[in-house]
Amino acid sequence: MDNRNPPQNSLVSVHNLTFSRGQKKIFDDISLEFERGKITAIMGPSGTGKTTLLKIIGGQLFPEKGTVTVNGRNVHHLKRDELYTLRKRMGMLFQSGALLTGMNVYDNVAFPLREHTQLPESMIRTLVLIKLEAVGLRGARDLMPNELSGGMARRVALARAIALDPMMIMYDEPFTGQDPISMGALVLLIKSLNTTLGLTSIIVSHDVQETSAIADYIYVLSEGKVVGQGTPQEIQQSSSEWVQQFMNGAADGPVHFHYPAKEYMDDLLFTEKTLFPRKRLIGGKSTTKRSRY
Amino acid sequence: MPHTNTQDTLVGLFVAAGIASLFFLALQVSNLSSFSRGNTYEITARFTNSGGLKVKSAVSAAGVKIGRVKSISFDSKTFESVVKMDIDAQYSTLPDDVTASVYTAGLLGEQYVCLDGGGSDDYLKNGSKIEITNSSLILEKALAQFFFKSAEEKKSSSDDKKGNGKK
Amino acid sequence: MIKFFNYLGATTRASFTKLGRATYFLIGILAGIGSVIVRPRLLLKQLHSVGVLSFLIITISGLFVGMVLGLQGFYILSRFDAEETLGVMVAASLVRELGPVVSALLFAGRAGSALTAEIGLMKATEQLSGMEMMAVDPIKRIISPRFLAGFLSMPLLAALFSAVGIIGGQIVGSGLLGVDVGAYWSQMQATMDFREDIINGVIKSIVFGFITSWIALFEGYDAVPTAEGVSRATTRTVVNSAFSILGLDFILTALMFGDN
Repeated sequence: MDNRNPPQNSLVSVHNLTFSRGQKKIFDDISLEFERGKITAIMGPSGTGKTTLLKIIGGQLFPEKGTVTVNGRNVHHLKRDELYTLRKRMGMLFQSGALLTGMNVYDNVAFPLREHTQLPESMIRTLVLIKLEAVGLRGARDLMPNELSGGMARRVALARAIALDPMMIMYDEPFTGQDPISMGALVLLIKSLNTTLGLTSIIVSHDVQETSAIADYIYVLSEGKVVGQGTPQEIQQSSSEWVQQFMNGAADGPVHFHYPAKEYMDDLLFTEKTLFPRKRLIGGKSTTKRSRY
Repeated sequence: MPHTNTQDTLVGLFVAAGIASLFFLALQVSNLSSFSRGNTYEITARFTNSGGLKVKSAVSAAGVKIGRVKSISFDSKTFESVVKMDIDAQYSTLPDDVTASVYTAGLLGEQYVCLDGGGSDDYLKNGSKIEITNSSLILEKALAQFFFKSAEEKKSSSDDKKGNGKK
Repeated sequence: MIKFFNYLGATTRASFTKLGRATYFLIGILAGIGSVIVRPRLLLKQLHSVGVLSFLIITISGLFVGMVLGLQGFYILSRFDAEETLGVMVAASLVRELGPVVSALLFAGRAGSALTAEIGLMKATEQLSGMEMMAVDPIKRIISPRFLAGFLSMPLLAALFSAVGIIGGQIVGSGLLGVDVGAYWSQMQATMDFREDIINGVIKSIVFGFITSWIALFEGYDAVPTAEGVSRATTRTVVNSAFSILGLDFILTALMFGDN
């Protein structure tokens, strides 16, 4: 794997990461670089462990091999206190928003401020309103999370993620399950937060169009390997068949429509012969062992 | 966080009700109030048989509870039961020649120590021994005696009858 | 047959692993208690949802249990002409056994299952994970206050249950069945011992509060983060709490009243 980005300009570097869940290798010796102040996207089909990668970067999961450094510090060698200090500077936007259901929008955004600072309530109010204004939901401050639509919940979660003015934000599938309008709003928000606050953004997504529109650099993952990387244009013109299938959303290609199975015809005949062997002898009356279940 | 005054009040009421119940149990239901364990003095009595007497059984005088049994042990030399009792310090004028008896409250009730009689000018004090004791009435023994007696009476009366018949 | 032993071995191993996780979790909770004491507001909120919301069910159940004891006790005791000891019977059964045990079972059903569902849902909706990413320890912030609230509420609820039950017994015993009120209370006071009965009952309820809160919170925290997983965890909380309460009750009773 060639490292095209000079490491000194990276905020987050992943080196030779290997991670397995049971027998399945989620990541097989991959290396990724995330540049400061840029939007880097990780793309790939569902089930390639993109969310897992964010959890590894956030220090919630431990890799089997390899190192993850954030701002020059190895995440998995930090003591608990140091990790928590680092996390205050790392925002994360969960797929579901992960808003605390017991409190309203205002209190959710105020939550990290109240937990980590000793600011007076008047100052917290100002900060919360600034953050809510940034995501356009200042008017929704008294709503409870269950009264919000999916897109609004994610925007509130985004306001909460930037409450402590972090140096980076990790977005977990920010576009999934959104209607076109909220999707557009989110795309705009991510882009503008990146430019106005100078945030480093890591987006994990399988929405090709939206991600390509705002990402500065894209990694495409499949089966635990990096199968393509580059700017959106480079990825579009990739020679890899697999990347082409993914970017264009073709039903068949290197990734098959069918889950691996034995021959269709054999499978059908097999059932007939072996599972119901006596069915024909007795004549329609299914008294085979299996029928009891 | 949605903290309201109502919530605080409700929590306050709950805790107050709980603590009030604990006090209720302690003072109204149990015997904590009826007997202060602060000031007591200890006296000892020896019984040939203390029966079903237990530690914490009542010690009473003229029907009023004045103390508790503290310990019961067996003296292997004299084959006696040594009963130590804590008497409330406010009852400090018990004559030192009282009689200690083990009685039963009701037919099947608890056994207790009763102090009565006596007329000495000297009072019981800490470490005193009670010289005169009456042991517990053992029901089996009493019944046996009763039956034995009635059997003897029957015998003698039937003897009389026989004698009468001969005459 | 081999399959059966394999299954047995795997199940045994899995339950020990779970016990290990639960113990580790408990250590985390206890370590977090200090930070709860610094922020009593968190505790207050949980005392409300754990204690106050169980108040009604505990009071009403206590009243009825006491009334039933009054009725049953009266009919049994009247055979021996010992109705005057009804107070003793009601108070002893409530303070020693029924108060701590029944209120703990009700607590597991009312507050315990609610705790499991709440924590399990927070896990399923990534709230706990999100909190961790905000550098807030969910055990300290979410679990420990709930644990402490359960632990503190239980003795209060049990005392309430017993007290209301004794009054219920009196209502039935002397109000309906004609036992002398004075005898009801005086016999009770003469027999019930503060240390032997009341304190032991309170100790029992403290142990039950500890174990029930622990089970409820752990099952929620350990739940499979799906709707089905949470509902299963809730069921497990009630079942495991009931087993633990009744089993521990036997052990505690043997320890406390055994040598008398």
